[in-house]
Amino acid sequence: MEGISLIGMASVLSAGLTIGIGAIGPAIGEGRAVAQALSSIAQQPDEMNSITRTLFVGLAMIESTAIYAFVVSMIIIFANPFWDYVVANAGG
Amino acid sequence: MDIKDITPDQIVFWEWGFVHLNLTIVVTWAVMALMVVGAWLITRRLTADLPLTRWENLLEILVHGMQKEIHEVSRQSPRPYLPFVGTLFLFILVSNILNVVPGYVAPTASLSTTAALAICVFVAVPGYGIRSSGLKEYLMQYVKPTVIMLPFNVMGELSRTLALAVRLFGNMMSGSKIVAILLALTPILFPVVMNALGLLTGVIQAYIFAILAMVYIASGTRARQERERKQAESAEEKGEQG
Repeated sequence: MEGISLIGMASVLSAGLTIGIGAIGPAIGEGRAVAQALSSIAQQPDEMNSITRTLFVGLAMIESTAIYAFVVSMIIIFANPFWDYVVANAGG
Repeated sequence: MDIKDITPDQIVFWEWGFVHLNLTIVVTWAVMALMVVGAWLITRRLTADLPLTRWENLLEILVHGMQKEIHEVSRQSPRPYLPFVGTLFLFILVSNILNVVPGYVAPTASLSTTAALAICVFVAVPGYGIRSSGLKEYLMQYVKPTVIMLPFNVMGELSRTLALAVRLFGNMMSGSKIVAILLALTPILFPVVMNALGLLTGVIQAYIFAILAMVYIASGTRARQERERKQAESAEEKGEQG
C-alpha cells in the first residue's frame, strides 16, 4: 500500500506542476505575439490577411509547447505506467 | 467517451488475435465513407449552367479557397499540391466538425491517426522536393549552409513531424476531455459552450495542419526556386550590361 499512496501523491502533484509551469512560457509568448500582430495590423490594415495567417501558424508553433505539457500531465493522471505497474503487482 | 479513456483507441468493439476493431478505425472509415459518398452525390450531375446548386457552390468555395491559400503560402502553382494538402485539410476538418454529433469521438483525438497523418507529410516533403529539384539538389539542402548543420537539419525534420502529430492530438483530445470533465461537474449549459469552442479549435487546427504541411513541402522545394531566382537575377544583370 505504501507504494500506491506514494505514487498517487507524486502523480497528482507533478501533473498539476507540469501543466501549471508549462503554461507560463507559452502564455507569455502568445501574448507577445498577439500584441505585436495587433500593432502591425493597426499600422498596416491592408496586410491584415497575411499577418493573420502568419500569426495563426506562429501561435500553433508556440502553443505546441503547452500542448506537450498538457499531454504529459494527462499521461501522468490517466495512463500512468508506474501506477499500473504497482497496481498489477499489488493485485497479483 | 469515458473520463478514464484518453483516446478512442481504448474502446475496442471486436478482437481477433492481433486484429483490433476499435472506435478510431470505425469512425475513420465512417468519415471517409461520408466524404466519398457526399462528394459523389454532389458531383454526380455536374452541369455548367447557372444557377449552381447549393452543395456544388459549397465545394467550389472550398476548392477555390484551398487553391488560393496554397498559392499565397507557397508562391507556386497550387496544382501539384492541392490533392495532398486538400485531402489532409478536408479529412481533418470533417472529422473535427462532426465532434458535435453525440457518441462520436473525433479520430484525430487518437495519437495513431495523427501520427499516420504526420508520417504522410514526412514522406511527402522529400517526395515533392525530389520531384521538383532532383535527388542530388534535394539532398544538398541538408548540408546547407555547412556540413556541420547536417544532424540539426535531420533532427529538425524528425521533431517537426512529432510536433505535427502531438499538436493535433493534444488539441482534439483536450477538447473532448474538457467536455467529459465538465459533464461530470456542470451537466447542462456549460459543456455546450465548450463544445462550440471545440468547433472553433477543430477548424483552426485543420487549417494549421494543412498550412504547416504546405510550408514544409514548400521549404522542401526551395532549391529549385533559389536556382530560378539566381538565373533570373543573372539574366537581368546581363541585360543591364548589354
